[in-house]
Amino acid sequence: MKRNSVPFWIGAALFLFAIALMTQIIDNQYPFFAGYVILQFVVLAVAWSILGGYAGYVNFGTSAFFGVGVYTAVLLFKAAGAPLAVQIAAAAIVGAFLGFAVGLLTLRMQGIFFSIATIALTIVIETSVTNWRYLGGAAGIQMQRPPVMAPFHSYVQMLFFVQALLVVVAVAIARYIQGSWIGRGLQALKDDELAAECTGVPTLRLKLLACVISGALMCAAGAPAAMYLQYADPSSAFNLNYSVTVLAMSLIGGTAHWAGPVIGAILLGVTQQLLAVTISSEVNVLVLGIMLVLFVVAAPEGLIGLVRRFRRNRAEGEA
Amino acid sequence: MMAAGATEIPLLRIGALTKRFGGFTALDNVSVDIRPGERFGLIGPNGSGKTTLINCISGAFRTEAGTVLFRGEDITRLPPFMRTRRGIARSFQIPRPFRSMTVAENLMVALDFAAAADDRISAGQRRDSAMSILTQTGLASKANVSATRLSQVELRKMELARAMATHPKLLISDEAMAGLSSSEVDEVLDLLMSLASQDITIIMIEHIMQAVMRFSDRIMCLDAGKIIAIGAPAEVMANQRVQEAYLGT
Repeated sequence: MKRNSVPFWIGAALFLFAIALMTQIIDNQYPFFAGYVILQFVVLAVAWSILGGYAGYVNFGTSAFFGVGVYTAVLLFKAAGAPLAVQIAAAAIVGAFLGFAVGLLTLRMQGIFFSIATIALTIVIETSVTNWRYLGGAAGIQMQRPPVMAPFHSYVQMLFFVQALLVVVAVAIARYIQGSWIGRGLQALKDDELAAECTGVPTLRLKLLACVISGALMCAAGAPAAMYLQYADPSSAFNLNYSVTVLAMSLIGGTAHWAGPVIGAILLGVTQQLLAVTISSEVNVLVLGIMLVLFVVAAPEGLIGLVRRFRRNRAEGEA
Repeated sequence: MMAAGATEIPLLRIGALTKRFGGFTALDNVSVDIRPGERFGLIGPNGSGKTTLINCISGAFRTEAGTVLFRGEDITRLPPFMRTRRGIARSFQIPRPFRSMTVAENLMVALDFAAAADDRISAGQRRDSAMSILTQTGLASKANVSATRLSQVELRKMELARAMATHPKLLISDEAMAGLSSSEVDEVLDLLMSLASQDITIIMIEHIMQAVMRFSDRIMCLDAGKIIAIGAPAEVMANQRVQEAYLGT
C-alpha cells in the first residue's frame, strides 16, 4: 500500500488555489454557476462510492440525502438565520444520523432489496417535507441570500469555493478509507460477506460506518443548494435524477479507486453542462442513459478498470 | 502454558443444539464435547447436517435451541466475526475467496481483522506473518497472484491459510479435499496434520474415508440431524447404524 500523501495534499492545495484564483479574476458568473453543479456532483459521486463502490451496496437514496441536506439548510436559515458554515455542518450531522438510521434498518438486506429500500426512503422523506408547511410545502420556499463575504464578489462565487472545499474533504475521506483497514474490510465484504465475517470482519459495523460517512457527505453537498438556487422545493430537492446521475457517474468512472467517481462526475457533469447550453437539458438524460449502457457493456469496471487492465497487459507484455 | 486443571474444560461444548429450517429439522438435539488438541472427524451422508452443525458453530446460522460454549464462554448469540476473533476459524465447502484480491491480500484481511485484535503488531510484521503462513501451506509463489487464478487445490489451501491467519484455536475444515486428486488429498491431509501438531484443534468434515480414518482421533457420524455414532475411528466404522446410513439397508 503506497502512502504518498504529500503529492495528494499538494494537489489539493493547488486545486483550491486555482479555484480561489478563478473567483478573483473571472467576472463572468456563468462558469461559477456551471462549475458549482459539477463540483456538487463530484462530492455526491465520491460519497456514493464509499458505500456503493467500496462496500458494493447500491444506494438509490442519494436524492433523499441530498434533499435532507437542502432542507436542513432551509430550516436552519429560516428559523435562526444560521450562516452557511453552520448550515453545512448541521446538514452533515443530520446526514450522519440519517445514514445510521437507514443503515440499521436496511443494511441487513442484501443486493437488490437494499437498493429498493433506499428508493422507498426518498419517497417517504419527500412526502414528509411536501406536507411540512413551515418549509414551504409542495409550493417550495424562497430564500433571500445574505450579503456575500469578502474576498468574494458574488454569492455564487463563494458557493463555488465552498463546494470545492467539500470536494477536498470528500476525496480526502474516501482516499483515507480506501487505504485503511476500513477499505480492506469493505472490499472483503463486497467480495463475500459470509467469508469476510468468518475472517473476523465486523461486516455490519463497517457497512454502518460507510453509510454514516456517505450520508453525511451527501447531506453536506446538498446544504448549499438552497442558497445557490435561492429557492427550494421538494420535487427538485428530492429529484430521483440525483440518484441516477450520481450512480452513473460513479460507475462510469469506476469505483475501485477514489479517482473513479471524481473523473466520472467531471466527465458527465461537463458533458451535461455543455449539452444543457447547446441543445437542451432534456438531452442530458438520454446521453446519461446511453453512456451508462455503453460502460456497463464495454467497461463494467469503469474508466479506472480500463486503465488498470491496460497497465496490467502492458506489464505482462514486458515481463 | 495451560494450567493442569484447564485441560479438563472442553475447548468446544455443543449442548442440545437444534436447528430447524421451516418444518425440517436439520439438527436434532446434538450434544458433543471437543477436547483441546483433538483431531475430530465429522462424517455422515449428504444432508445429514454436518455443514449445518459447523454453520452453527461458526455463527453463520442462529440456532433454535441449545448452546455453544467455547473455552467455557457462551458464544451462542455472538456474530461470526466475534467467534473468529475468539479463535474459531473455518474453511468453506465451496471455496469463498475474496476474488478482487491477491492471495496475500486474502490473508491480510484475516491478519488485520482477526489476529490483530489481541496483539498490536505492525503492518510489516503482519506481512511477514502472511508470508510464513503461505510458505507453510505451499502457496508462497502465488502470494501476488489474484485469487481468481488459483487451481482447485490451491483454492482449498488458500482457504486453510486464510483461516490459519486468524490465529485459530479451533479450525473447522469443511470438505477441504472434495474434488481433489489422490495426491492432492494427501497434500491437504499433510497440511492439516502439520496444523494439528501446532496445538490447533481441528474438526474435519470429509467424505473421503481413508482421509478421515487416517486423520482423526475420534469420529462422529451424523444422520438426519442426529448423532448415530461417536468414538474411535475403527469403532465408528464397525458400527451397524453407520454402515446402514452409508450403504442403505
